[in-house]
Amino acid sequence: MRLRQNHNLNLGTRLTRFLGSMPLAITLLVVLAIASVIGTVLQQNKPYADYEIKFGTFWFEIFRTLGLYDVYSALWFLLILAFLVVSTSICVVRNTPGMLRELRRFREQAQEKSLRLMKHTSSLILNQPPARVEETALQAMQAEGFRVRAHQGKDHRTLAAMKGGANKWGYWLTHIGLVIIFLGGLLDSRLPLMIGEWRGVIQPETRNIPASEVPLESRLQAGNHSFRGSVDIPEGRQANIIFLPVRDGYLVQELPYTVEVKAFRVEHYATGQPKSFESDLVIHDKDLPQPLETTISVNHPLVYKGTAIYQANFGDGGSEISMQLRPLLATYPRMDLTGNVFENYNLKGEDENWRLELTNFRLFNINPVISETGETRQRNMGPSFTFKLRNAAGEAIEYTNYMNPVMLDKRPYFISGVRKSPADPQRFLHIPADSKGSTARFFHFLANLQDNAQLRKAAEQTTRATMAVTALGGNDQVTDTVIDSMVKLTRIFINSGFDGMERDISARFPPEQVQNVTEAFTKVLRAALESVYQLTLEQEGVKTPADSDWQFYDDSLNAISNLPLYGSPWYIQMTGFQQIEASGLQITRSPGMNVVYFGSVMLTIGVFLLFYISHRRVWFYIKPLPDNQTELLLAGSANRHEREFAAYFTRLTGQLRQVLAPNKADGSVTDAATNDDHHNIEHGR
Amino acid sequence: MSVPQHTMQDVFARPGLLQRLNLRDWLWAAVVLAGIAYAFASYHSAMDAYEQSFLLLSAPAVLALGFYWRSSQLYVLAVALLSLFGIWLYGGDYANGESVFGLKYLFSSQSAVMWMSALFFLATAFYFTGLVSGSEFINKTATAITWTALVMGLTGLMVRWYESYLIDPEFGHIPVSNLYEVFILFCVITGLLYLYYENHYRNRSMGGFVLLVISAAVGFLLWYSFARDAHEIRPLVPALKSYWMKIHVPANFIGYGAFALAAMTGTTYLVKQYALAHNPSGLLARRLPSLEMLDEISYKAIALGFAFFTIATILGAMWAAEAWGGYWSWDPKETWALIVWLNYAAWLHLRLTKGWTGTHMAWWSIGGLLITLFAFLGVNMFLSGLHSYGEL
Repeated sequence: MRLRQNHNLNLGTRLTRFLGSMPLAITLLVVLAIASVIGTVLQQNKPYADYEIKFGTFWFEIFRTLGLYDVYSALWFLLILAFLVVSTSICVVRNTPGMLRELRRFREQAQEKSLRLMKHTSSLILNQPPARVEETALQAMQAEGFRVRAHQGKDHRTLAAMKGGANKWGYWLTHIGLVIIFLGGLLDSRLPLMIGEWRGVIQPETRNIPASEVPLESRLQAGNHSFRGSVDIPEGRQANIIFLPVRDGYLVQELPYTVEVKAFRVEHYATGQPKSFESDLVIHDKDLPQPLETTISVNHPLVYKGTAIYQANFGDGGSEISMQLRPLLATYPRMDLTGNVFENYNLKGEDENWRLELTNFRLFNINPVISETGETRQRNMGPSFTFKLRNAAGEAIEYTNYMNPVMLDKRPYFISGVRKSPADPQRFLHIPADSKGSTARFFHFLANLQDNAQLRKAAEQTTRATMAVTALGGNDQVTDTVIDSMVKLTRIFINSGFDGMERDISARFPPEQVQNVTEAFTKVLRAALESVYQLTLEQEGVKTPADSDWQFYDDSLNAISNLPLYGSPWYIQMTGFQQIEASGLQITRSPGMNVVYFGSVMLTIGVFLLFYISHRRVWFYIKPLPDNQTELLLAGSANRHEREFAAYFTRLTGQLRQVLAPNKADGSVTDAATNDDHHNIEHGR
Repeated sequence: MSVPQHTMQDVFARPGLLQRLNLRDWLWAAVVLAGIAYAFASYHSAMDAYEQSFLLLSAPAVLALGFYWRSSQLYVLAVALLSLFGIWLYGGDYANGESVFGLKYLFSSQSAVMWMSALFFLATAFYFTGLVSGSEFINKTATAITWTALVMGLTGLMVRWYESYLIDPEFGHIPVSNLYEVFILFCVITGLLYLYYENHYRNRSMGGFVLLVISAAVGFLLWYSFARDAHEIRPLVPALKSYWMKIHVPANFIGYGAFALAAMTGTTYLVKQYALAHNPSGLLARRLPSLEMLDEISYKAIALGFAFFTIATILGAMWAAEAWGGYWSWDPKETWALIVWLNYAAWLHLRLTKGWTGTHMAWWSIGGLLITLFAFLGVNMFLSGLHSYGEL
């Protein structure tokens, strides 16, 4: 099938020859393979903003123009595919007449000379009449299941036999099967959408607006013959639309029925890993006498009205969360609030208004924990919720707070994860839990530290008690100075932590004094903090603090020292929840699926016929000689399994000799089994 | 003179498959059928329709394999008996794996796999020693060691299947669900394919080269097992709980195994060619199989691999249609399967229609293995997508 530079041929013929040529087909196979790589290296169909950040505006635009964010829908990619299919089709059309001839023609008129040039030949001189030789040859062929045709030449007779025509069927089945697979895929493709977009009838929506407000040109009717999209439906709610993602936007596809999610479940193995995801669905359709109730799970979709409903994923469906807002700054009020995930709430602060955006709720948080023996174990850290706190300037910080205290080093802490952007790693605030497993003591201590009256009271008590046993006892002026600095240092500590105090010292003292001053100030601050803590304990009725109380004190100071970085005026504690889950459903209508499967079956059968059936031919050229002798010229060819055919050919020659010339004396035999090495490989044509 | 009619028919009539079978074949078939019938009678009530049909269809499949390739008869028997022995030693208690000698040192899945690993290394060494020394005895020993390794490998997988149910009936699954398990499968299938061709072509001199790729897989397996505790049996994620897994994965690994074999015969081809050019009277030039034979084995392996890879990809598409809602999503794993398929399709076209053979095709078969390797491992390691079960 080589393309010949024949200028006499018209353009159409030359084009067909080019398109049906083997070099083009192989080139297209390789080009398609290489083009496919792009879409696996570059993650497809991400938000366009992500690409812009990754590549910069210049390359972002170039890649967008090339369609690299959705390669497999890009015009150029579809053209390569189309070329391959056209090339395959033309190849089939062009080769079919020749193959049909191959199947039908026995080539019984083959010349003696050409038979002698075949790869497998042998010739026998036999002491048998020609009719007897022909009869034997016929039997040998029929025993092997060959089809045979005889031909009467001028001075000879020829028997031409062949077998294994299924090999040619292998060619048709594989190549036509591939074309059918492609056509089936085309039925399910987004080509109609692309054409609609190109004509300007369809326009993907890029705004984040309620589905009901999506304009008509971004909506597809329920009669659309193929689609594949998804929708998240909270438990107890229903939907009659799905969303089809298109580049950086989406289309709304209407469904011919309404799906209600009654419940969504995750079942777990004993190890905590998920075992199954399933949804109880109700299909509401006016064509149904009563709503259809069923349960779907991963690997077990529901097929209804030519569509299939799959369990694709799951998430929160707007869980209700009860919260207690505990102020970290004394000037902010303490509040209780109940809200739902995906909703926003305005919070009034002292000097600034905040917006609380609830973004997620998780019932289980299974995290790896390294135990004392060094083993990694999965541990459930219980429910958590995630929210953003946005200030008046619009800046937001994201928090993930766990509902229950988590044991770390055998002590319980309330944990809150903080990050400014999703790209940052989470940092954690550990608030120690008191003996009742609550945050009460921590916030009591914090409130006392921030309360000037309490702070001064505690500072005075400690100072006087200390002064009384020193020489300075009764010196009010010194006492007041000490108390003042205690209050002042505590305030600095509260507002900016240990770091803040160090910064304050370096700003006010020459470098050579910094170390001494820091030591002195730290002593004073420690005394003040301790005195406030002891006051707190007294107010709680604890007279003699235990070791655990001092441990709590250290943990509290660690937490307080980190507060200036926390960025929120409240610690928002989850006190209760009502989980509502959402089931992520994928709904598809793919009329081409069975077409693709049909083509796949053809392809599979074809591949085996093509590789494992050999098209074999054997010729018997029977020439009468004088004295009732006969010359038998044997020739054969096969297009697969050359080695096996060579063995068969040798065996056949031997069998004929055995039957027709049992004794060597009866006939002289010249044997030229094959024209070249048996070990040679198959030759294609 | 004339030969009586019936004698002539006797000469030409090729005996049918059934007539070529001898007593040993029939006895073996009876044992296989009895075993499967017993399993069906005892356990059919615990199986669903798919599992029942798999069990019943395994009978003609095993019989056909055994009749077509006699060496596999003993293999099937050995694996069945040793697996049953291992299961019997467990006696329904997983803890026995640590206390019973026969399990701890031989037939618990982990021990069996360790034996397989060691024996594959040993067989590689024996094949190369046989090549250098030219000793037929050493070569035959290498073949025997390879068979033993294969018995231990498949027995290990069978026992592991049982162990997964023993740990927790809810965990139970066929051991083709993660990278550790499919690497064992890869070693076993590649080894079996090699032994088939070794037997068919009556040539052992390329064994060392083919076993190199298996040894590399074993090396990875050992690292993966020791460094990452990969041998631990874990429950299936919901997406893998499907009968498709039982057929999609093994079909894929027949493809991968055959492609690996083709690449190694391609390597041997290049070695032989180099030896012929530089040292025509040397050991390698004299003892390695002829270039034609190596080329032919490469072709046969690629054709077989291509056929099974086609089936595996189609089965994968059918599974995807059921699990992900679409038979083709251009997911990285799917796309790389297509790339592998296109690559070998191009190879086969050139071979069958243009008659290309020799050096270029040998290099290409090695390149093909690299592409296959990326589709098998690289996609899971470097690209993210739906098909993320075999992560490192």
